[in-house]
Amino acid sequence: MINKTLLSNKSWGVFFAALIILGVAAPVLNLLVPEGNLFHMSDFAVSLIGKIMCYAICALAMDLIWGYTGILSLGHGVFFALGGYMMGMYLMRQIGTDGNYKSNLPDFMVFLDWKTLPWHWVFSDSFVATLILIVAVPGLIAFVFGFFAFRSRIKGVYFSIITQAMTFAAMLLFFRNETGFGGNNGFTDFKRIAGIPIATPSMRMTLFVLTGLTLLGFFLFARWLVTSKYGRVLQAIRDAETRVMFSGYNPIGYKLSIWVISAVMCGIAGALYVPQVGIINPGEMSPANSIEMAVWAAVGGRATLIGPIVGAFIVNGAKSWLTVAAPEFWLYFLGALFIGVTLFLPHGVVGLVKKIQTKMVNRSGT
Amino acid sequence: MTSDLMAGGSVVAKAHTKLDAPQGQTESGGRGAEFSRMHKLGEVDTAHGRILYLEDVCVSFDGFKAINNLSLDIAPGELRCIIGPNGAGKTTMMDIITGKTRPDSGTVFFGSTIDLLRYKEAEIAQMGIGRKFQKPTVFEQLTVFENLELALKTDKSVKSSMLFKLNSLQSDRLAEILHIIHLSQGATRLAGNLSHGQKQWLEIGMLLMQDPKLLLLDEPVAGMTDEETARTAELFLSLKGKHSLMVVEHDMSFIKAISGDTGIVTVLCDGSVLAQGSLDQVQSDERVIEVYLGR
Repeated sequence: MINKTLLSNKSWGVFFAALIILGVAAPVLNLLVPEGNLFHMSDFAVSLIGKIMCYAICALAMDLIWGYTGILSLGHGVFFALGGYMMGMYLMRQIGTDGNYKSNLPDFMVFLDWKTLPWHWVFSDSFVATLILIVAVPGLIAFVFGFFAFRSRIKGVYFSIITQAMTFAAMLLFFRNETGFGGNNGFTDFKRIAGIPIATPSMRMTLFVLTGLTLLGFFLFARWLVTSKYGRVLQAIRDAETRVMFSGYNPIGYKLSIWVISAVMCGIAGALYVPQVGIINPGEMSPANSIEMAVWAAVGGRATLIGPIVGAFIVNGAKSWLTVAAPEFWLYFLGALFIGVTLFLPHGVVGLVKKIQTKMVNRSGT
Repeated sequence: MTSDLMAGGSVVAKAHTKLDAPQGQTESGGRGAEFSRMHKLGEVDTAHGRILYLEDVCVSFDGFKAINNLSLDIAPGELRCIIGPNGAGKTTMMDIITGKTRPDSGTVFFGSTIDLLRYKEAEIAQMGIGRKFQKPTVFEQLTVFENLELALKTDKSVKSSMLFKLNSLQSDRLAEILHIIHLSQGATRLAGNLSHGQKQWLEIGMLLMQDPKLLLLDEPVAGMTDEETARTAELFLSLKGKHSLMVVEHDMSFIKAISGDTGIVTVLCDGSVLAQGSLDQVQSDERVIEVYLGR
């Protein structure tokens, strides 16, 4: 009767266009078209868009948990940072003896006069183990946190506050040198990934394409989730949780599963982010970062999937321009944007576009 | 084996043959133990003529006794009306039956084998107790069709929801319920855009999708037009017999319509049963007139 397909024909068209732009056009324009040519894609653009695509994955994850399930997390930055740290540990070990101190240990450990690797670095030499940890660590922490929070039926603003406290606590923990994650300097000065130098144009492009494909893949996955009955149960939990329970569903399983899925997506985004920007430090866990993720989703339009991706691009595009043009105004702008969107655009940019479209259709119809 | 052990064994054996006397000749009033009926775990057993059984249930909130030694039972297929003044504990009673509130003391049984106090809301719903809230509660951002589809009786685990596909039997059932609740034309409408009465109907339809054995209906006709109320009464009467219903209402003409001359009406007051009987009996009861109906 109502047959929701994964994507409409038109959307598939846009999807494949994005796939071709990210997978073929961008590498050609960046690597093959010479500098100075009108169509050359600058390295700056590659690194900026690559970074924003990582943020867009986070925004997508926020949309699943907040837009569809109605659970506002203000602590997703912690999962992003954890994924980043897992990747960072591997990249630190890849430096080998090329660090400032020419030691086998990472520089900050030499500086702290440590003689051996701490226990939690045991898997950091293996790329495969790192890939597993990128998924497993944020996933496991989200599972434990979510299990206790959802079992205790913590909801609404209380849940948001606890997630905010969680990311703040994690930040303080990671700031400490004893924790073994490089203290407030974090990890930087990466040299290579899987034995290949990291700062070459081709490596940068590889990471860019990989990020783009991950974003598109996650978009399809999220779309599949929300068009299934599972996705409708999530929306039902958002709108009337007691009715869901009295319809025979146990909401804990649903909330916990989408919470973990969304945390893992953020972790993967963090892992893609770190080699592209070349640094990870506890600043990524600061409460403001997690709040920004919510702003991206709200600006783009909640419960639309495409909206938060658009929102991540709009807000971060504005950020990279404004922090150069007028750095002191950026936070004011962000605050004003959030208030403005909440007051005047409850459905975000995507909602606005839809509204204009229906108006145009109505006008042309009469 | 020594001889005294053998002697001991023969005494035990003799004692057993006495116990194995034929059925009907035991000393329990001529009734034999029934071995023919198997109890299946989680399946409601109504062989003793009761589908819901509450005894001496007490709940207090901060010292206020919302339910006070409440005892009540409902037969399979019965349509029971519950009336009573505000604060009589009608909604709290439903909260207890559906697992939302834990009583301080007392027993609540579904059939004669299922102790409802051991289960959570979702489990109780899956066993076959459906509940309609006082305020119509539907999923406003989903269509009428999707609302019913979610309520459909099926495996409700995360994994099976991800892979769920409506089969033809289920979509027939869905179409049937859509017809019953007069929303066949509006299946693709958002539930949030329905009128108040239609939302009430949709919620009743969602209960029916669960195929419950017992329906608890909290003020099902509140805010309905006269015509809608009449149609609801018709619907409930058609459900009677197939399902057990417990209806809480204030609308006396509606109670009259669904209980008829023989249906039992229970009057709750201050957390316990004040009176019980046919509507006429209850309406002529002095105490009921005093606390509820007014002179």
